[in-house]
Amino acid sequence: MTRMLSPNTESIGLMNEVSEAKPKAESPQTNPSGPLETAIHTENLCAWYGDFQALHSISIDIPKNHVTAFIGPSGCGKSTLLRWFNRMNDTVISAKATGTVRLNDLDLLSKDTDTVDLRRRVGIVFQKANPFPKSIYDNVAFGPRLHMKLRRSELDDLVEWSLRKAAVWDEVKDRLNGSALGLSGGQQQRLCIARAIAVGPEVLLMDEPCSALDPASTLAIENLIFELRKQYTIIIVTHNMQQASRSSDKTAFFFDGRLIEFEDTERVFTMPKNKQTEDYVRGKFG
Amino acid sequence: MSKHLQRGLDALRQSLVEQFGRVEQMIQLAVRSLVERRTDLADRVIASDEGIDQAEIQIEEECLKLLALYQPVASDLRRVITVIKVNSDLERMADLACNIAERARALDLHPLFRAPEELIEMVTVANDMVRNALDSFVEDDPAKAVEVIRTDAMVDALNKIIIDQLHEMMTSNSEMIEPAVHCFSASRHIERIADLAESISEDVIYLVEGEIIRHKHGVFFETHEGSQ
Repeated sequence: MTRMLSPNTESIGLMNEVSEAKPKAESPQTNPSGPLETAIHTENLCAWYGDFQALHSISIDIPKNHVTAFIGPSGCGKSTLLRWFNRMNDTVISAKATGTVRLNDLDLLSKDTDTVDLRRRVGIVFQKANPFPKSIYDNVAFGPRLHMKLRRSELDDLVEWSLRKAAVWDEVKDRLNGSALGLSGGQQQRLCIARAIAVGPEVLLMDEPCSALDPASTLAIENLIFELRKQYTIIIVTHNMQQASRSSDKTAFFFDGRLIEFEDTERVFTMPKNKQTEDYVRGKFG
Repeated sequence: MSKHLQRGLDALRQSLVEQFGRVEQMIQLAVRSLVERRTDLADRVIASDEGIDQAEIQIEEECLKLLALYQPVASDLRRVITVIKVNSDLERMADLACNIAERARALDLHPLFRAPEELIEMVTVANDMVRNALDSFVEDDPAKAVEVIRTDAMVDALNKIIIDQLHEMMTSNSEMIEPAVHCFSASRHIERIADLAESISEDVIYLVEGEIIRHKHGVFFETHEGSQ
């Protein structure tokens, strides 16, 4: 609870930060200071849907407080990997995995892992915005009510902080009790991001978060990703090469269930090491 | 890759090779006008500069169009960036060829002046550098580009010898000061053309290897010695 309340106490300062785009030069990627701290450690992860092996010995360390893009043609395993990071694959009966996936000291593949708490720590935003059929306020307050005991004023502060952080506060502040389903697609997606960050996650997973949005809403989400990276580890699955190159610090290219290349984004889009990566980012296949 | 982008890149490559050919011919005519004392060739060089300028703008516009419409990445991006840089270098080479032609015209008024013999050797080496730079671009051949870069030192050395001789000539015979100054300038222009051929070769290495080797030839040569 103490951790969750900390955003509220700093909220005024943070609110001012949210909408101010910072130049790319400030990206943590450009910081040459040694190896990056790891948020999620993955080693020899193999995953199956029934008899079909979707992932083959994936080993990747997702850097903390960076944006990592997963790219690759449809069916290459990038969404499968993403969904093992917060055990969304538990909902698929035939899904199983071997290997190691760790969030700090938490073993993500262990049957003993509390998946409700895990999903608080590792939030996810889907391709299609999926707000609850409730008010805007209740959408954001849903998680905190489940996980925390807050006074009404504290909850109000947290809802406002989350909506500001997700760069949607100014557009919804006068209709917090209105239905979330009345928002535009881009606003709904930012509301879902606000809902995810309201419970204080360490990692945000985004599975093609802009694929159903118009260019202006896409830009708003990309600006938001840029701001959120300062506090969260973000993993974004995207089919949009320009989005991957604009928004991420690191890019991982997957093909046929295998991790082909994981490098600084700048490197992947100017001088990839692997021929398959080169062909994919150039649009020669996929 | 989009077929439109591929077609655009192919057309761009063709345009640049043609521009390269025109500039190479201008340089050859310019140095011949200087060495053979032929003002008719100098006139042809100067007359052809406008066409080079127009082609340069067309190529640049085509590059900007490809960048804006297709946002190329990886080797496609490197190719467009290389074309932009080489295009600019070629236009400057053409300007230098015009400058040489103008010096050739000026030297026509000094029939008794004899240029240092090393000038012919320097012209030959510089011409080879330009041709090899073109070949390295057309063939995506970094080894040939490295050869051009290595050759530049020879042109620099010849330029120094020529300048020393001209200096001596000016000191010993005041009537030769004016033509010697013209020759001095021409020699500097040829040396600059060789520098630009070197710059183009550096861009070819970036295109193929993805490595910017400008200002650090030594490091690049050391790490690639085995492939030479």
